[in-house]
Amino acid sequence: MRQRDRGKPPSKQYTRLTHPLVRDEKGGPLRRATWEEALEKATAGFRRTRDEHGPDAFGMFSCARATNEMNYVAQKFTRVIMGTHNVDSCNRTCHAPSVAGLSAAFGSGGGTSSYEEIETTDLIVMWGSNARFAHPIFFQHVLRGIRNGARMYAVDPRRTSTAEWAESWLGLNVGTDIPLAHAIGREIIHAGLANHAFIERATTGFEEYRDEVEPWTLSVAEQVTGVPADAIRDLAHAYATAERAQLCWTLGITEHHNGTDNVRALINLSLLTGQVGRYGAGLQPLRGQNNVQGGGDMGAIPDRLPGFQNVLDPETREKFEAAWGTTLEPRHGRNLTKMFEAMESRELRAVYCIGENPAQSEADSGQAVERMQMLDHLVVQDIFLTKTAELADVVLPATAAWCETDGTTTNSERRVQRVRKAVDPPGEAREDIDIICDIAARLGHDWKYADSEAVWDELRSVSPQHHGMTYERLAEHQGIQWPCPSTDRLEPTYMHGRLWEKDPERRGKPAPFGIVKHDPPVDLTDEDYPLRLTTGRRLDSYNTGVQSGSFASPLRRGEYVELSPEDAEHYGVVTEEEVRVTSRRGSVVAPVWVDPMLRPGLAFMTMHFPDEVDTNQLTIEANCPIAGTAEFKASAIRIEKLPVAAAVRS
Amino acid sequence: MTAVPLNPPRRLVEFTLDGEPARVPEGSTILDACDAAGKDVPTLCYGDTLTPKNACRVCVVEVEGSRTLAPACSRKAEPGMEVRTDTERARHSRKIVLELLASAADLSTTPRVAEWIKEYEAKPDRFGEDAATLNDGPKVDNDLYVRDLDKCILCYKCVDACGEQWQNTFAISVAGRGFDARISVEHDGPLTESACVYCGNCIEVCPTGALSFKSEFDMRQAGTWDEERQTETTTVCAYCGVGCNLTLHVQDNEIVKVTSPHDNPVTHGNLCIKGRFGYQHVSSGKAT
Repeated sequence: MRQRDRGKPPSKQYTRLTHPLVRDEKGGPLRRATWEEALEKATAGFRRTRDEHGPDAFGMFSCARATNEMNYVAQKFTRVIMGTHNVDSCNRTCHAPSVAGLSAAFGSGGGTSSYEEIETTDLIVMWGSNARFAHPIFFQHVLRGIRNGARMYAVDPRRTSTAEWAESWLGLNVGTDIPLAHAIGREIIHAGLANHAFIERATTGFEEYRDEVEPWTLSVAEQVTGVPADAIRDLAHAYATAERAQLCWTLGITEHHNGTDNVRALINLSLLTGQVGRYGAGLQPLRGQNNVQGGGDMGAIPDRLPGFQNVLDPETREKFEAAWGTTLEPRHGRNLTKMFEAMESRELRAVYCIGENPAQSEADSGQAVERMQMLDHLVVQDIFLTKTAELADVVLPATAAWCETDGTTTNSERRVQRVRKAVDPPGEAREDIDIICDIAARLGHDWKYADSEAVWDELRSVSPQHHGMTYERLAEHQGIQWPCPSTDRLEPTYMHGRLWEKDPERRGKPAPFGIVKHDPPVDLTDEDYPLRLTTGRRLDSYNTGVQSGSFASPLRRGEYVELSPEDAEHYGVVTEEEVRVTSRRGSVVAPVWVDPMLRPGLAFMTMHFPDEVDTNQLTIEANCPIAGTAEFKASAIRIEKLPVAAAVRS
Repeated sequence: MTAVPLNPPRRLVEFTLDGEPARVPEGSTILDACDAAGKDVPTLCYGDTLTPKNACRVCVVEVEGSRTLAPACSRKAEPGMEVRTDTERARHSRKIVLELLASAADLSTTPRVAEWIKEYEAKPDRFGEDAATLNDGPKVDNDLYVRDLDKCILCYKCVDACGEQWQNTFAISVAGRGFDARISVEHDGPLTESACVYCGNCIEVCPTGALSFKSEFDMRQAGTWDEERQTETTTVCAYCGVGCNLTLHVQDNEIVKVTSPHDNPVTHGNLCIKGRFGYQHVSSGKAT
């Protein structure tokens, strides 16, 4: 058996793209091309698609890793030049449910608090979030909070390194977040700890919510979630009685087929107790990518225009139509998930994919590749020849946004910060905005942006919540949080303080309770697939590993299927032994790692090393109907010993 | 409900600094006042993101009525205090501290120390060539960090940064007592067998270069490290959504070091392994 050296980088090392590539015929090889040839070919394909199949046959995969400015231009390209709202990004695979849930409750899709508030809060709930690994610097703020006296509760199927810092760890069964949240809500109501003054003033739908959670007694919840009733009661009382509480979540909540419902179930708890809209009391979804917040804010999503303004609102559309000199369809475009489905039905014919790697990041990745192969025209703009770029008709070498371009990105606390160019790009690589504008010009739209600031100022002119953020002020304040409508004022660090106003006029639209029901994971465990596989991140690696694979981390040990000691014993497998891991969709071979932090029946893998072990062959493409996020967190698998017993590393 | 906690207005403290009236917000240290007045007081163990440790004593000043010299980095300014930064006694003390530290440890990569040795006329070599306490040579046991304890002055900043003040990983501690005291990881083993998570936050605070990035160490060994030719550009990390600010140190169009502004509201100068070291994909395969 091969030795796995600590610190060994993964087998696949990506090198930067330095010149354009084109494919002369489907199935043929990619060959080097000039920019002129590649851009002409890319443009011709988009033009042909639009002329022959209509605007909605085009789709844009914008990039949650690139700047706000690039996302603004990409969505403008989609809407103005191609005439469709089919624009989306990989926010769909992670936090779209957070945005959908928060905007349904509060009319705004951002986290309601700031990092600094967690340092002085009284109670911190980390739900489905291993921030110690996935968001280490955010967790430093949590640790400061704990050192300042806050109590922390961790809710996670795995006893993670985040849970090590908790006062109490609630190890629930995968996909039982709603029963747990409902039981907490019911306990708060029955213990007389609900904040009725807040509920009456600032919310709607309480009676219905009370009826919905009524069946979820502590003992019923214990049976379903696997969490002892006492632990649930303890968290309920702690959350309701805390002066100020922060409820934080990550992908453990959102990457489910009912992710938006999960988010609503958590928001309900804040409405029930008034733990929102005050300094130190709020909701904090932790975003997985440097600009997944900003991409959505910029309108690179199918239902919102820049500034998170509703496509369906006639006045908003009129404003943008006037600003852009175009007409906008009064309907939503397709989200990423729907675009993939439309590839199969041949309604979607051409895709412009900027900096995304759906061939490896989508759930059920085998199916995603097959679907992309059905496209007439695929243009990929990236810094590497990713698996997705390998499928493309035209590959355009771009700059690494965070260090080779100027612009801004928006973080999890809604802070817009300046990105600055520090190094020159390699070879012939060009800036994203420059490339998009070149194609736009070839399609008859001569957009003139002198620099990223010109793009930003155009965005500021159409987005009230960004209006006050000039580049100068962003530098002065080390970033500014939205909303920031005025150029001479800063808003509070927390949002929705209006809900506490006495005057109904100023209080605005009350926040509705989300009436949501428990719906277990789609991929059921049974005799054939008895183990529950969940996925997540490790400290030193990131997503599909294209970016993090290049440095020699002493912590990196490659991909493993992690099993509890009980399951390892049951299957007679030991650490480092390679086994076959099979789900209803696919099968991979991976070595075993025995992790005592896992409970029996639960297995864990990451998606960091898809070129070694393609975990997303196993995951299920069952989607949240509201947000379109796939259920990465819950697959059913089985483990099989390989026929020839592998030697064990001594 | 809780109102936004507004800090009460800070009162100003008035005192005398080298015979001149000085005025600083309550809670400020003498060092803060010196910085504000443009006075150059040397510091080594002081860290702007850490609680003062009072370990090195190179910043001592004379406070009227105080028997001993006071460390400027931790002594708070008090109303009516009379502080002198440049008396014979303070200068002599700094000279001795510099002589002891520079003879016991290798301060060749400590910023500004050569300048101070000259200014205070310190003569570290008067203790002889074998005054160095260690002479172990650099420890290179992984691809990211180098530990050269010959350069360590035992300021404990790395221990605090790795421990409860920031990182809470507790990989670094002090082993031994008295003359045998040294910075170590558990069981004095290689870093790769310790609890270290390679955040680099200890390197960020190390004042002497005893802890350094391998990239910098290698370039120094090769004689190619040249800060004069480096640019520093602050941008935002490309990994998770926390939004850490990174200062990229670039030499010849290559990123050679990553730090974070100490006054940044997101990071307070700290980063994780991805932000600190995950930049190499940018230059991988770049035509050179």
